[in-house]
Amino acid sequence: MGLTFPLLATVTWLAALGAVALRRPVYAALSLVVALLGLAAIFLTLEAQFLGMVQILVYVGAVVVLVVFVIQFTRNDEVPLTGLAFRPVSLGVGIAVLVTGGLIACIAGTPEWAVKPPEGPPPGMRQIGEGLMGVYVPALEAMGVLLTVALIGAVLIAMRGRSTSLH
Amino acid sequence: MTALDQIFVNLKHAIVALLPVAWQTPGSMVISAAAIVGTFAGLFAATTWIERKGLARLQNRMGPNRVGPFGLFQPIADGLKMLTKEDIIPRQADKLAHTLAPIVAVAPVIVAYAVLPVGRNMVAVNLEAGLVFFFALGGMKEIGVFMAGWGSRNKFSLLGSMRAIAQMISYEIPLVVSTLVVVMAVGSLSLVDMVEAQTGYHAGLLARWHVFTPWGLGGFLLFLIAATAESNRSPFDLPEGESEIIAGHMLEYSGFKYALFFLGEYMGLFAISGLGITLFLGGWTAPFSFLAWVPSWLWFFGKLLCFIAFFVWLRGTMPRLRADQLMGFAWKFMLPMVLVNLLVVAFWQFTRGWEFFGAGVWRWVLGGGMFAGAAWGLARLPRVGQPTGPRVYRFAE
Repeated sequence: MGLTFPLLATVTWLAALGAVALRRPVYAALSLVVALLGLAAIFLTLEAQFLGMVQILVYVGAVVVLVVFVIQFTRNDEVPLTGLAFRPVSLGVGIAVLVTGGLIACIAGTPEWAVKPPEGPPPGMRQIGEGLMGVYVPALEAMGVLLTVALIGAVLIAMRGRSTSLH
Repeated sequence: MTALDQIFVNLKHAIVALLPVAWQTPGSMVISAAAIVGTFAGLFAATTWIERKGLARLQNRMGPNRVGPFGLFQPIADGLKMLTKEDIIPRQADKLAHTLAPIVAVAPVIVAYAVLPVGRNMVAVNLEAGLVFFFALGGMKEIGVFMAGWGSRNKFSLLGSMRAIAQMISYEIPLVVSTLVVVMAVGSLSLVDMVEAQTGYHAGLLARWHVFTPWGLGGFLLFLIAATAESNRSPFDLPEGESEIIAGHMLEYSGFKYALFFLGEYMGLFAISGLGITLFLGGWTAPFSFLAWVPSWLWFFGKLLCFIAFFVWLRGTMPRLRADQLMGFAWKFMLPMVLVNLLVVAFWQFTRGWEFFGAGVWRWVLGGGMFAGAAWGLARLPRVGQPTGPRVYRFAE
């Protein structure tokens, strides 16, 4: 371990900061890519291979690509470089304080800080698969329904747009 | 025979053994990485020659024949030309994105080779989630394309990268889902396990490759189409579209950065072909039991060369698709078909216990019928209610 975690954490943290603070949307998106890759690397150091891979596949390969796709459709001068901040500012600050404070309170309330090495070999693909198909199958199915509904909704919106333009 | 089969493995072990103990692990990694980069970059050089010669033959031309015998040294000349060309960054371009884009486009593709077994015991790392690793890195390619298109600040570049990204995300879904049938049948995500599952022979003769099952054959065809689209090869080469948008996202690149994009594209093509070989065509195993004495790596690279020849043939034969045809095909045909194929593989797995006479034939007929029926129905569906009859062609008069 040694320097790996501090290095990865610093890169991830700086990149995440960049994703929020950078003025140009494209730079923010690319910074988000770096942050997500750093997160995936941290997963890998924790021997959560599958989670790390899926992190890259889903977030870099799909979510950021979607963001990037939207950026491409907008012209540079259409995007306000200022005024992307939350208005009123007090609301944004309030939410930030609430979320961060809640997290800190939870962490501070953790009874035990010492990190123990896990017992036995780390859970592999088989355990994840059995978990998804066993205990968590209702959650998995519910997610499937949710995604299907979202997909149908997207198709409906697209169809409505076309019919109004035709008639 | 095993000596020849394991020659590269033994060579690596011999070299690693020469190193001091502390250096053996990193040394082993460096040797594997160097072997992958060297082999596949060499194959890229060879492929440029094969492709130009092959296309020339298809178009009744000679192809490169000035440099060396049969023009064999053409790749070296091309490489030198690319290296010595001026490296131009447009003044209006975003310098950082423009410079980083070729690197982002190439690096993940090379890393993806790490999980590809190119021979018996010849895999850099056997990851438990190897297939997911492969696709995760494949998904990073799109970021490189976007950086190139957006960073060049040229409308053709932007249009090209938009086309490329739209095409890649549309075909990535059928590509990934078409490989799930193998995951379902093998019960593992490791590419080494997938090759192991295809060892052994039917009736002591024909290999137990996945392509010899109904879901394997269907899955292989769907995978091949999606892989062609994913690697932007003709007939899915809209992102480059020379006659429409010049070279798409590569328009503003010159010299070696341009060559890097090509390297990435061809390396991606080899990687995805290698994945197809691993998943459906038995990886490094021989097709017939009496050919099992041929070294395993020779089988893998032989199959890979067949894939390359097929892609050259395809490029010389097929016209380019229209953008709406491309998207419609991905979402209205490929996606339902890969889902149907999941049902076929489930059927195949559940009927493994069938013991009665002719059970194998029945499984084939029912499974293959499901796939073929769905394909026929999906192909007919858009034409329901439309007049049928001989198609009328109108040419410029």
